[in-house]
Amino acid sequence: MITHTARPLRVVLYEGNGAIALSAQARAQVMAALLDKGYAVTRATAQGSTGFPHDDRSLLVLGQFQNQQAPDLEDATGKVTIEARDITGLGTPDIVSLVEKARGNKPMNQPGTWKPWFPVIDYSRCTNCMQCLSFCLFDVYGVSKDGKIQVQNNDNCKTNCPACSRVCPEVAIMFPKHQAGPINGEVVNEEDLRREKMKVDISSLLGGDIYARLRDRSEAAKSRFSKERSADKALEERKKCLTKMAQDGFIPAEVLASLPSPDEIMRKAEEAQARAQAALNAQPA
Amino acid sequence: MSETSPSPKLLYCRCAYAQVVPQSVKDGVLAKLCDSGAGFESVADLCEMAAHRDERLKAFADSTPIRIAACFPRVVRGLFRQAECPLPEDGVEILNMRVQSIDEVSEAMLKA
Repeated sequence: MITHTARPLRVVLYEGNGAIALSAQARAQVMAALLDKGYAVTRATAQGSTGFPHDDRSLLVLGQFQNQQAPDLEDATGKVTIEARDITGLGTPDIVSLVEKARGNKPMNQPGTWKPWFPVIDYSRCTNCMQCLSFCLFDVYGVSKDGKIQVQNNDNCKTNCPACSRVCPEVAIMFPKHQAGPINGEVVNEEDLRREKMKVDISSLLGGDIYARLRDRSEAAKSRFSKERSADKALEERKKCLTKMAQDGFIPAEVLASLPSPDEIMRKAEEAQARAQAALNAQPA
Repeated sequence: MSETSPSPKLLYCRCAYAQVVPQSVKDGVLAKLCDSGAGFESVADLCEMAAHRDERLKAFADSTPIRIAACFPRVVRGLFRQAECPLPEDGVEILNMRVQSIDEVSEAMLKA
């Protein structure tokens, strides 16, 4: 899991008392430009606070101040650094430059360098069947202390690969940056559920009669992964499944190309299945 | 002493890290918010924040009533939950810029 948050400052577009409001067009342009650079922007007006609590990030307050003089500001609690800059007469590119300059060389997460691609579980649909854990070769999924499937290593996820959502029998796995529904989070409809029945056929390519057992989860917990099968055959079937998904446009070719060696795939698949089996065994009957 | 409901706080997500929200809609909604007298908070991308378990999400989740202009409600709730700060069931209105029109989203965001 990526836990670092490089967000060194919050920009406040101040249009309250003591400042002249920007035109609506200029305001929207400035905010869009800063957001597109990755900044969080608060618009503060004379109507009062936005109502959100402050955090400990530095504040950069931009405004068209009286006499074009930015005020000296200081946080009453002494916890937050506040700087103010006058933007009278500046165009959007100049304001963005001013903000970038104020940030200096402090690192910041920025759009364009990385795509936040990872699965999000809809727990209102998830039955904790562990199919996603069993399927993913990249250790994206794990099990919480209380036995629930969860996304633990979202930075391991392969960009633009929604394959695990295709093996979820409950349409419970979403990829927010995916274009099409229901993987993008659209409401799940009857047609989507009908399509899930087809997933049973796809999953059978994985080499196990796994989905048929979903109807009886307690039975599945005991026997889902116990079916003996040839390791070579299982590997071949997994490859077939992945290739079919790639041909259908579900998996980018780059992901297929980046798959580990056959031996590594088998090892990872066995590990994932063992973890899934252990989690299922731990579930109350 | 009379009690009045607090005004909903407004949060706008730019979806800057991927182009899945139509540009015209996110620009249009931002323009409408900017054209109003309302103060509001805007972020580059809620997905990116959730991926990094940004603590700011907890502040948003704790700030009900709140209206969020972003994408599918199922996703937005999932993102907050995954970041270990689930949105409460009540007091949260999520507007979907992927499918709703500029007017629908902005009117719902700015309604009294």
